[in-house]
Amino acid sequence: MSRDTIFSKIRSAISELDCKAEHPGFEDDTIVSSSRLGSDSPKAAFKRNFEAVNGRVMNSCDEVVALLHEQGQTHGYCDPELMESVGQRLVDAGLEVETSYDRERYDDYAFGITRATGAIAESGSLILDDAKTSDRLAALSPWVHVAVLRESEILRTIPEALGRLNTSRNIIWATGPSKTADVEGILIEGVHGPGEQIALFVD
Amino acid sequence: MVNRQPIDVYAHDIGEEKQASVLSGSASSTEKRLSALFNDYDDPNALRKLAGGIKDHTLHHLDRYLEQTEASLKRNGGHVHFADTADDAREAVLSILKERELTRLTKSKSMASEEIHLNDYLTEQGIEVLESDLGEFIIQLDGDTPSHIVRPIIHKNRREIARSFQRGGIATDYNDDPETITRRARVHLREKYMQAEAVITGGNFISAESGRVVLVTNEGNSRFGMAPSRVHIALVGIEKLVPTDRDLAVFLNLLGRSATGQQLTVYTEFISGPKDEGQPSGPEEMHVVLMNNGRTDVLASNCREILRCIRCSACQNVCPVYRQASGHAYRSPYGGPVGAVLSPILFGDKFPELADLPKASSLCGACNEVCPVDIPIPDLLLRLRDKAKREHIPQPGDLPMAPFATLATSPAIWRTAMTMSKAMNHLPIHVAPVRPLQDWLGQRTLPDWHGGDFRKWLKSRREN
Repeated sequence: MSRDTIFSKIRSAISELDCKAEHPGFEDDTIVSSSRLGSDSPKAAFKRNFEAVNGRVMNSCDEVVALLHEQGQTHGYCDPELMESVGQRLVDAGLEVETSYDRERYDDYAFGITRATGAIAESGSLILDDAKTSDRLAALSPWVHVAVLRESEILRTIPEALGRLNTSRNIIWATGPSKTADVEGILIEGVHGPGEQIALFVD
Repeated sequence: MVNRQPIDVYAHDIGEEKQASVLSGSASSTEKRLSALFNDYDDPNALRKLAGGIKDHTLHHLDRYLEQTEASLKRNGGHVHFADTADDAREAVLSILKERELTRLTKSKSMASEEIHLNDYLTEQGIEVLESDLGEFIIQLDGDTPSHIVRPIIHKNRREIARSFQRGGIATDYNDDPETITRRARVHLREKYMQAEAVITGGNFISAESGRVVLVTNEGNSRFGMAPSRVHIALVGIEKLVPTDRDLAVFLNLLGRSATGQQLTVYTEFISGPKDEGQPSGPEEMHVVLMNNGRTDVLASNCREILRCIRCSACQNVCPVYRQASGHAYRSPYGGPVGAVLSPILFGDKFPELADLPKASSLCGACNEVCPVDIPIPDLLLRLRDKAKREHIPQPGDLPMAPFATLATSPAIWRTAMTMSKAMNHLPIHVAPVRPLQDWLGQRTLPDWHGGDFRKWLKSRREN
């Protein structure tokens, strides 16, 4: 019933308009920030913008190990498909790595290693596609999230990324660690999601 | 005659601490927000006009886009519910929960839900609803209402929050360090997320073409709320539609920059249905409640441009009246300039009570300048003042005009009045026991009377 009422109210409201606005249309150039994108490579632009929002870019598992050691994180989760390329290196370095995420023990995972399907250079965002993430909670509840991707997967602009949303039912762009400024405008990272957001390139 | 507008009373009675919080909170990042636009674009105004144009187009063809949205959502495996009134919306949410016997929910920030007082309603029905945005969580703890669209607790300082945490049993000791406050909320809320059976969110945009519901948060609370929940309910106003996914680029770029000076909000989530088969986490059912609740009245009014609003709060932050009076002075979830236009028409049956809001503005135009969808707010405020006049709603400052007409049409009386009134400069009128005069002077300073000076000058000039 509500449906019909709403539609008839809308039609009656807009029937009184003298003229109806056309879609203005636009070129990508209007909405892409060329200063954000810069003239360097997509990876360099991604790094610059991702670091500007306090994300960390890493190019080897050793860097990840060093950070986890530094922060005293010893136990975490790794997507089984990434065990060979990433997880095993962490195990070799003395860290405990599980390949299944048990939500009953969500507090046990200090780090989570999952796939990113891409990144956006212009905004410094990681693209996490649920269909290709082993468990979305594993990319969210640990303090450190390591998103694993390849340089060739970086897209240049936001319009380009929107054009490639594909059919997945849940895609999230993560532009840095979780944050808030609710208390007196003071920036605090790691509210509900990760306090450390890492992009690890495996090429 | 009404003595004083309610909004003025709020501004007058606001405590010093609260006003300091609102003032510093709203003023603090103005430069950051502006530079985020002006450093990144050669012509940010072109972008604002483009965004306004796309919204106008969508609103002018809302029947078509709403139909398309419905079809897209269904195609994706979502359930669509239409709610014409606040009651319809509350009942739609409740029946989804009741049919599935779901009693524990988390909720991420939604202005639409504030509009219909959804939390109170569900709580009365025996359902446990927990706000998960840090600011809204604190609002709920205090039984307070949000006073800002993006930063609901802009009116509170850390000491109050620390006391609320102690009182609400979130912490056993008093600690007002913002980082500690945040960590405590993190620990408390994730336990609740994991126990929740359903999650309620709003929706920042819906793409009609794809049926993607777009949610943006900085904290990641909507994402966390959805991951362990079985049922997702998105409550979305019908004005939130955009035609295509590509159009989202315009709005996402403007929303983060205008709201907080970020290029993009940290988490931008595109949801087009329940989770994929085989995924361990994520809702099995997705429901979208498309709510009218007065929006078609706004669409039919001469202030329909306000429906372009993407709830970035930029107009609140720059408004000199908002900064002094706080969001609560606007008596609806929408404070500041957007609320001054939206609330009186959206809640149409309350127009007489809210008719003071459009008057509480100096028409300085700062709100229009920062609006990412270029809403001509000062013009709309004038249209609403006109509406109030036409509907004969009594307002302060409505002086009887007949004596003035007599004065102004009789040169002799006018001349005498001009000169005689100079005596007022020597009278203690600021303490005169005339109530309307005192109300008027309570918010203004009267300059010295110079009446008759021009005539005198002209006369002496002729004589020379």
